[in-house]
Amino acid sequence: MKEIILTLTALMVFMPMQAKAFCGFYVAKADADLFNEASKVVMSREEDRTVMTMANDFQGDVKDFAIVIPVPTVIKKSQVNVADNKLIDHLDSYTAPRLVEYYDDNPCHQRVYMEAMRSGAAPMTSMDSEAFKEAKKLGVTIEESYTVGEYDILILSAKESDGLLKWLNNESYKLPKGAEPILKSYIKQDMKFFVAKVNVKEFESSGFTYLRPLQVAYESEKFMLPIRLGTLNAKGPQDLILMTLTKKGRVEPVNYRTTKIPTGNDIPLFVANEFGDFYKAMFATQVEKEKMKTVFLEYAWDMAWCDPCAADPLQPEELRELGVWWLDEGTGMMLPGRRAMPPQAVNAYVTRMHVRYDAKTFPEDLVLQVTEDRQNFQGRYVMRHPWNEEADCEEATAYYQDLTKRFEKEAKTLANLTGWDISDIRKKMEENGQSFDMKPHKDERPWWEQMWDNG
Amino acid sequence: MLERLRTISQDPRHFQILTLGSLLCFLFFFYDFAPAIEIIPFVVGTCLLTQYVFTKVFKLSHFDFRSPFITSLSLCLLFKASVFLLYPIAALLAIGSKFVIRYEGKHIFNPANFGIVALLFLAPDMVWISPGQWGSALWLALALAAFATLVLLTARRGDMTIFFLLSWVFFVFGRALWLGDPLSIPLLSMQSGALLIFAFFMISDPKSTPDHIVGRALFTFVTAGIAYTLQYHFQIREGLFYALFFMSMTMPLIDSFFKSQRYQWRQA
Repeated sequence: MKEIILTLTALMVFMPMQAKAFCGFYVAKADADLFNEASKVVMSREEDRTVMTMANDFQGDVKDFAIVIPVPTVIKKSQVNVADNKLIDHLDSYTAPRLVEYYDDNPCHQRVYMEAMRSGAAPMTSMDSEAFKEAKKLGVTIEESYTVGEYDILILSAKESDGLLKWLNNESYKLPKGAEPILKSYIKQDMKFFVAKVNVKEFESSGFTYLRPLQVAYESEKFMLPIRLGTLNAKGPQDLILMTLTKKGRVEPVNYRTTKIPTGNDIPLFVANEFGDFYKAMFATQVEKEKMKTVFLEYAWDMAWCDPCAADPLQPEELRELGVWWLDEGTGMMLPGRRAMPPQAVNAYVTRMHVRYDAKTFPEDLVLQVTEDRQNFQGRYVMRHPWNEEADCEEATAYYQDLTKRFEKEAKTLANLTGWDISDIRKKMEENGQSFDMKPHKDERPWWEQMWDNG
Repeated sequence: MLERLRTISQDPRHFQILTLGSLLCFLFFFYDFAPAIEIIPFVVGTCLLTQYVFTKVFKLSHFDFRSPFITSLSLCLLFKASVFLLYPIAALLAIGSKFVIRYEGKHIFNPANFGIVALLFLAPDMVWISPGQWGSALWLALALAAFATLVLLTARRGDMTIFFLLSWVFFVFGRALWLGDPLSIPLLSMQSGALLIFAFFMISDPKSTPDHIVGRALFTFVTAGIAYTLQYHFQIREGLFYALFFMSMTMPLIDSFFKSQRYQWRQA
């Protein structure tokens, strides 16, 4: 049996959950009505070293952008970097849930596979001495103050949450209601605060039209992602896509359960046109099923290969930029353009987790651990195109009878996964080449016309 | 028949087997990341075989399958390794420790706990525990607690579970109150499946706990304190297991301070 696997260049489909913000929380500098619904974060972790990269697709006026993130240690200037958006986008599309399509063979002939795939790619200037004095009065210490790229950054430590809150307010960082007790908790846990806003002058001279991702590197036993502040100013539950890069294996939260996203399901063809909507609906259904209490695993794979690939695996320099400092030189990274490959020692394992959370079901920050689990997992959905050309044989009759059952099964699967109405699904299937009454195509011409093809 | 049932119900180990067995089935049918099914015969087999061999070597009166079976179920539920061979090794070390590491006729370590911690030391890059795998489904916790109550009613060392859980409440709720955190945070920690299995099936093992009630209270409180410190201050996710391991070594000392009658399993 000959197998031909063709992979189309990844077709970008809108990511179901549009990432809008950092995992921290936005604080409006003015009264701009800001909120964050979703965030995309990459964390590299090995030994006690963590590199956190936070995507930033802030849409408003850059003057209004401000962020406060609790961090375990003081972060010096050289520990901060401004990365390229492309890095996160690449990792995002490499790990995104994917739609794969297969074409049925002529039931009368030998099998020939064709596979195509679509990716559901997810898709301050220095402080003056006045400010220091003012901060000190309120029990706030400005540990560090520097500008990196287009960001003015402060690292704060505080003795009292009300002092910190007051200082932030004085500096016109507007904090959402309910922040005080959480800040207090972080202060008692000896956490520092990474505070960033946009240096408009630097931003304008940088020539970029968007804000680039911020990266911080630090050493700490603490391997966690602070999500508590993020629940405050959001309107309803929000989404976080956390991608981790590790040497050993899969990353999992220790204080919440991990659930695998449904995968390998056969779904109707029309989903190709609305894969984003499909994934969004399916994710919402799964979240509801699990009562919004679990973290969903969307992808877990060795970075050396993929099958099928939603995008090329990341190159060594991209991985290094994302914080994979342990990468061995010359371990045979795959060449660009090549896709499914047998496993090679690359020592970078990627995990993609997707969590929808609010303060009620996720009261605590995500406490993470690296496990030794290197089993592959991917969110993958399959479309099977029926044979729709001439087929005149006994097998064809049986094939077309089975087809109706198969379509019905696909419709039910889709309805179960997404909660969509099954009659709507059937209707859309009929309109998209999946008629529940498909008949074999027969050539009705006389045999001599068929022979010379002159009819 | 009734007489037979009564004798069976008098040995708490039957309830333990039932509870741990149901939990394992539950994991298989309802949760992702269940243990690989093929490890079960190897873990159970190694535990029983080791017990059998040592029974012969030490010329014990009879071979009892119940304790090693409980140990094997605990291992299947809690222990994870990236290399298959490590499962039977953990099982071998667990049961072996019962016969080899003894003090005054009593084994020092809970066998499953010993197996887990030994492998965490020997092969740190190949084994792990997933404390979050059960999530915090409250009803699961309740079901477990209900089952375990039966165990407690029949096991004389049920007080260990109660002492331990109270100590854990003291530390995690104390922390939340100190930090000003909502109580949903310590509640989340109390609902962890790994914590409950530890409390109901590991620390309460009557063969490896102090004989005197005061000794047991002290033992559990300090274990909870160490586990809490390892987990929350040193970020060691397997804190519970290390804590019990270290505390087990102090048991002879505690026993020498608080003397009491030795525990014996009732013969069913």
